[in-house]
Amino acid sequence: MQLVLEKRTERSNTIALVSPLIAIGLTIVTMTILFAILGKNPFLALQAYFIAPLTDSYSLQEIAVKATPLVMIAIGLSLCYLANAWNIGAEGQFLIGAVAGSWIAVKTQGTDAGAWVLPAMLVLAAVAGALYALIPAICKVKFGASEILTSLMLVYVADLFLDYLVRGPWRDPHGFNFPTTAEFDPVATVPLLIEGGRLHLGSIIALLVVAAAAILLGRTIKGFEIRVVGAAPRAARFGGFNANQLIILTFAVSGALAGLAGIIEVAGPVGHLQPGISPGYGFTAIIVAFLGRLNPLGILIAGLFLALTFIGGEQAQIAMKIPLDVTKVFQGILLFYVLACDSLILYRFKLVVPNRQVTRGAG
Amino acid sequence: MRKSLLALAAGLLLAGSVSAASAADKLKVGFIYLGPIGDLGWTYQHELARQALVKEFGDKIETTYLENVPEGPDAERAIEQLVRAGNKLIFTTSFGYMDPTLKVAKKYPNVHFEHATGYKRDKNMSTYSSKWYQGRYIQGLIAAKMSKSGVLGYIGSFPIPEVVSGINATMIAAQSINPNIKVKIIWANTWFDPGKEADAAKALIDQGADVIMQHTDSPAAMQIASERGKLAFGQDSEMIKFGPKTQLTSILDTWAPYYIARVKAELDGTWKSEDTWGGLDSHMFAMAPYTNMPDDVKKIAEDAQAAITAGKLHPFKCPVVGQDGKEIECKGGANLDDGQILGMNFYVKGIDDKLPGK
Repeated sequence: MQLVLEKRTERSNTIALVSPLIAIGLTIVTMTILFAILGKNPFLALQAYFIAPLTDSYSLQEIAVKATPLVMIAIGLSLCYLANAWNIGAEGQFLIGAVAGSWIAVKTQGTDAGAWVLPAMLVLAAVAGALYALIPAICKVKFGASEILTSLMLVYVADLFLDYLVRGPWRDPHGFNFPTTAEFDPVATVPLLIEGGRLHLGSIIALLVVAAAAILLGRTIKGFEIRVVGAAPRAARFGGFNANQLIILTFAVSGALAGLAGIIEVAGPVGHLQPGISPGYGFTAIIVAFLGRLNPLGILIAGLFLALTFIGGEQAQIAMKIPLDVTKVFQGILLFYVLACDSLILYRFKLVVPNRQVTRGAG
Repeated sequence: MRKSLLALAAGLLLAGSVSAASAADKLKVGFIYLGPIGDLGWTYQHELARQALVKEFGDKIETTYLENVPEGPDAERAIEQLVRAGNKLIFTTSFGYMDPTLKVAKKYPNVHFEHATGYKRDKNMSTYSSKWYQGRYIQGLIAAKMSKSGVLGYIGSFPIPEVVSGINATMIAAQSINPNIKVKIIWANTWFDPGKEADAAKALIDQGADVIMQHTDSPAAMQIASERGKLAFGQDSEMIKFGPKTQLTSILDTWAPYYIARVKAELDGTWKSEDTWGGLDSHMFAMAPYTNMPDDVKKIAEDAQAAITAGKLHPFKCPVVGQDGKEIECKGGANLDDGQILGMNFYVKGIDDKLPGK
C-alpha cells in the first residue's frame, strides 16, 4: 500500500479554514519534541511563546506595534497579488516613504512649525512611496520589463539613498558622526495612544487600512475588477477591464501604503531616521500577505500572529534561556507547515493498493 | 474544544507563574548583545565577562542575555523586556543602544543601566568604555616596523570618534617610525558582517596593504590576511587561532573586572551613575601576546605599553597636526584632553583620505 497526493476536483473550503490550525498543531508537536531534546520543559516554552505575550497589556501593545507596518504593507501587496501584479519591492517603497516624510521633519527641526507637520509627513510619505512603486509598474506596462526584478532592485537603490542622507546632509550635527538624524521634534512624532506605552496612532491607521481594503474588495466594482483580472485574465478582457491600468493602480496603492508604514515607523517607535529602520518589513510582509490568504482580515490575523512569534521568541529567550536560533527555527517550522498544509486545499491524501503484476514482477 | 483549550491555557499560565516566583530573591542582571555570542569578537568578550560574573557571584545573581538585537526599532523593546522580566541591572553593550537605553531608563527609575561606549547618562544610567586608542598606538608602532610596502590597510566600522581616534593614534605612532607611511581605509558600515569584512580585507591587500587592522568584530579579515600571507591585528578578542602566522597582537576587551565591580556595587547597594573610561592602567582592555615579529619590534611594543600604562606616554601628545596642516588646539596641557578624543572628528596629517561626511 502506498500514500499518494491526488488533485481534488475543486478546492476544499473546509481545509482552507482548518489548514492553519493543523499547521499550528503540527508546529506545536514538533517544537515539543525539539524543546524536550534541548532539555527544556516544552509546556513552559510554549507558554512563553504563545500565551505569556497575550496576558499583559505591555506585550499586547508590543505585538500591535510590531504588526502595524507588516499589516499595512501586506494589505497593499495583497491588492497587487490579487491583480497578478508582483510587487516584491515594498521594502524600498517603505524606505523611500520614510525618507520623504523625514525630509519635512528634518527641515522643520527646531522651528516653531505647527501641528501641520505630522499630517504633511504622512501625506508626502504616501505620495513618495506610490511614485517609487510606479517606476516598476510603468516599466512593466510600457516596456514589458519584469516588475519582480525591477521592484526588487529598487530596494537597494532606496537603501543606499537613505544611507547617503543620514551619513551626509541630514546627519545630526551633535551625533558624534553616527549615521542618524537628530531626534524628531514632538510635532513631527506619531502620538502615543497610551501613556507610558508604545502603542501609537499608526496601529489605528493600520486598522482603518484593513477596513478600507475589506470594503474595496468585497463591496466595490474596482475590487471585483482586481479579483477578476487576477483570477481570469481572459474573462476580464472580454469584460472590458483594463489589466494595465490595474497594474498601475495596485502598484501605486501598495507603494503608498508601504511609504506610509515607513514614515509611521520612523516618526513613531524609532523617533529619527537611521539605517536599519526596517528589519526586512517589506519582505516579511510578503509572507504575511500569503499567510493571510490575500484577505484583509486574514492579513490582520497573520500580521498579529507573526508579531506574536517575535515577542514570544524574546520572552522565551529571557524566561527559558532558549537561544535565538531556536526562535528562528520555530518561525521557519511554522511557515513550512502552513505552506505544506495549504497543499491539502487543492490535493488530498489517498491510499493506493499497488498493481498486482508489478508486485509479482518485483518479487 | 474551545473550553478545553482555555483550560489548557490557564494551566500553562499557572505553571509559568510558579516557576517565576522561585527565582525572586536573586539579583537579576541582564545583557543586550549586538551580535551572536559566537561572533568571536565584540559580543563574545561581553559574554565571557557575563560568564565571569556567574563564576564570581554564583547563586547570588541570575543573568540573562538577548543576542543579535539590532540597533533599530527593536532595541527599546528588547531592553524593556529585560526590565519587565525583573532584571535590576542591565548592560546594553553597543553604541547604537544609547537612545533606546535612555528612553527605558527614564521610564524605570528604579532599574540601573550600564551603556557601553555612549555619551548620554542619567541618574540610573552609567556609561563605560575603554581607551582603545592606547592599544591602537602600540599597533601603529608594530605596523610601521613590520610593513614592507609602507601601506597599512584599515577596516573601519562607522566614522564615529572611537574609530577615528583609533585611526589617528595608529598613524601618529606609525609616522614616528616611518614618516612616509600610508594608510588605506575602507568603511564597512557595519560592526559585524564577516562577508563584508572579508571583502574589505581583500580590497585593501589588492591595493598594496601588507598589514591589516580592523575595527570590526569578526575574525574574517584575519583569515583573509592569513590566506594571502600578510600580517594582521586581531580585534576585541584573541584571534590567533585564525592566523597563527598572521596575528601580531590583538586588543582584548576585558570587561570582567568592571562588570564584577558594578554587580558588587549593586549587591552592596552602593551603585551610582558613573562615567568610566579606563585604559591599560585600569585593565579595561589588554594586549594579546606580541607574536610573529622579531625581538626588537616586540621590545618597542612592550616599552610603549609600559610607558602608556605608567602614564608617561600619551598617544595624543601635543602638537597634534590635522589633515590641513594646522595644529589642533591643545586643551589638555601636554596632550589633547578627553573631550577632544571622545569627540574626535578629524584626521591627522598624513592620512590622504577624506573623513566621511566632512
